[in-house]
Amino acid sequence: VCNYRIIFWIFQELQIDYSKYEHPPVLTVEEQAKYVSSSEGALSKNLFLKDKKNRYYIVSAMTDTKVDMKVLSQRLGLGKGGIRMAPEEALSELLQVSLGCVTPFAVVNESARDVSLLLDQKFKNQTRCIFHPLSNDVSVSLNTLGLDKFLQSIGRDSVYIDLEVNANPVVGKDQPPDLAVYVPSNSVVVPELPTKTASIQTASKNVSAEKTKPVASAKPSKLAGNGKSAVEDSALLVFKNPEKFVEEILDKTTALLLSEGKGENVEALAETFRKRLTSEFTHLAVMYKNTAYSQGFYAGTQSQPKRP
Amino acid sequence: MEVDKKEEIASDSSEQVVNPWEVSAKDGGKIDYDKLIDQFGCQRLDESLIDRVERLTSRQPHVFLRRGVFFAHRDFDLVLDAYERGDKFYLYTGRGPSSEALHLGHLIPFMFTKYLQEAFKVPLVIQLTDDEKCMWKNLSVEESQRLARENAKDIIACGFDVTKTFIFSDFDYVGGAFYKNMVKVAKCVTLNKAMGIFGFSGEDHIGKLSFPPVQAVPSFPSSFPHLFPGKDKLRCLIPCAIDQDPYFRMTRDVAPRLGYSKPALIESSFFPALQASGENGKMSASDPNSAIYVTDTAKDIKNKINRYAFSGGQDSIEKHREIGANLEVDIPVKYLSFFLEDDAELEHIKKEYGEGRMLTGEVKKRLTEVLTGMVERHRMARAAVTEEMVDAFMAVRPLPNMFE
Repeated sequence: VCNYRIIFWIFQELQIDYSKYEHPPVLTVEEQAKYVSSSEGALSKNLFLKDKKNRYYIVSAMTDTKVDMKVLSQRLGLGKGGIRMAPEEALSELLQVSLGCVTPFAVVNESARDVSLLLDQKFKNQTRCIFHPLSNDVSVSLNTLGLDKFLQSIGRDSVYIDLEVNANPVVGKDQPPDLAVYVPSNSVVVPELPTKTASIQTASKNVSAEKTKPVASAKPSKLAGNGKSAVEDSALLVFKNPEKFVEEILDKTTALLLSEGKGENVEALAETFRKRLTSEFTHLAVMYKNTAYSQGFYAGTQSQPKRP
Repeated sequence: MEVDKKEEIASDSSEQVVNPWEVSAKDGGKIDYDKLIDQFGCQRLDESLIDRVERLTSRQPHVFLRRGVFFAHRDFDLVLDAYERGDKFYLYTGRGPSSEALHLGHLIPFMFTKYLQEAFKVPLVIQLTDDEKCMWKNLSVEESQRLARENAKDIIACGFDVTKTFIFSDFDYVGGAFYKNMVKVAKCVTLNKAMGIFGFSGEDHIGKLSFPPVQAVPSFPSSFPHLFPGKDKLRCLIPCAIDQDPYFRMTRDVAPRLGYSKPALIESSFFPALQASGENGKMSASDPNSAIYVTDTAKDIKNKINRYAFSGGQDSIEKHREIGANLEVDIPVKYLSFFLEDDAELEHIKKEYGEGRMLTGEVKKRLTEVLTGMVERHRMARAAVTEEMVDAFMAVRPLPNMFE
């Protein structure tokens, strides 16, 4: 993890002119504005984005610049809906920052080497711009020359783009995606956070999650644990839905057949099947049975006595 | 079912010490399980018994039996005799819900109990000693009850059959016939005896003193009138770790005096911590790097195995190829002997690794695969456990098909 103080150390080493402001932790630009006045510089909004091929982008813009995600997606050559906000775990895994803390400076981390950084051209017209230096209880203002020097020192090009270009059509035969060159050449796989109810391991990482706008995973559900993704919900249908149950069994059986079936005699294959699948399928069946019983049991507690 | 460790009991390092609060080997070496069996007076679970289990259940014995993880018993042979005659038994096991974080060591007795339930087609009662943890760990009543429910979910995820399993927490269930048995047991154990067995002193609060009967009476079928009405002679088999033996010695002592059958025990060795050399260390729920948790991600498991699992491999590849790995102290091989189902593959790994042809990295990789698969399956099953399912398992209800 890159401690934010390293940012200031780099500033000093490179003799970059900057001002530092300390304040209580802030998670939104509005909050930040309460503590850092606009006379110090132009506040920025910073988005951490991801495309469908697991490539990541930081877009840093003036707060009043309109960032149209559809347009941006097309200009990157990703089609209309190709880009969306990156999930929280990517924030910590790749940028080593918490919610509310996205900043161009995050690219100082090795883990962010494949993250593309796109800066608002309008920053260049400002005397100074304001960013978080990896921590949301500090803000720093500096001009774009200083920002460029910083980025250069860590081997990065400064990429300034006009975010408000809105040609019509955005992308077409005579108008290739003009930002496609900034799509990272490498994708990054960020492991999905497992289902956790209140496990000790999540405590420190997700503290900031409580304060911001609700993140999808925080919705409590009456059934099963919290934090289930849509993918897991549909996976659990296997315990409730006969068709899914049968599908799961056939999927696993055919997968084993395809991987082990070449050249084996039929008897040996049948033995292999029994050996490898019995325990797993029994477990599946027991959970199926338990689910059915529990649903019946619950129905029993709710049922009205028979009318005399 | 675990009782808190008591550091005041001095450990004499010239002798090994095994009791519910302390487990340590002689002079920092390995636990001598044969000596333990002698010391406690229980029996070794030998090949002939394992063969008998195979015959009676018509299936391959569980990997824990084949590998000697469950290695000692009391009266298991009598239970099998009765079973052969058509007299069934029921299973009793439990957990002291002191933390939400369950690690693989915690799951072992439950995995084995699940196998016993399936193989012998018998019912099971699972006791969650929330009162014990409330007293020993100084948790609030509400917190210990909450932990009990959370742990119940992980236990259910091990795959117990709801039509044959009754899970109960002490705070919910103690009373009625259960309490009557508790009083009967308590009358048979003097204060001096309890202090001798459990190490209580004048400084301990009276709650602790009165706890042992709570853990004893699930061994008696009359404690569960909704499950075993009129079956007062039904035998009970208790799978547990060997450090629980003193607890049940007391119960076995008292049973005949109350006209009940003595519960039988089937006992396991300790599951070593990741960093343990030899079998000195038990996994500790308070050190996250000593154990693999059921909530660990694939990445966590890989990291923990690679960074913390104590290796018996040699320092350099040349030396390793020459003399091979020290299988006695190697943790990854030990773990594989617990969890790798395929006997042939395990033998192969032991041979290749022990003779230096296989490197530690490969063994760790295989282990990571096996454990990740297990933890994944557990997580899926756990996610399917709803509050309704927990309610169903914990409802005081008859189990009409319990022996089917």
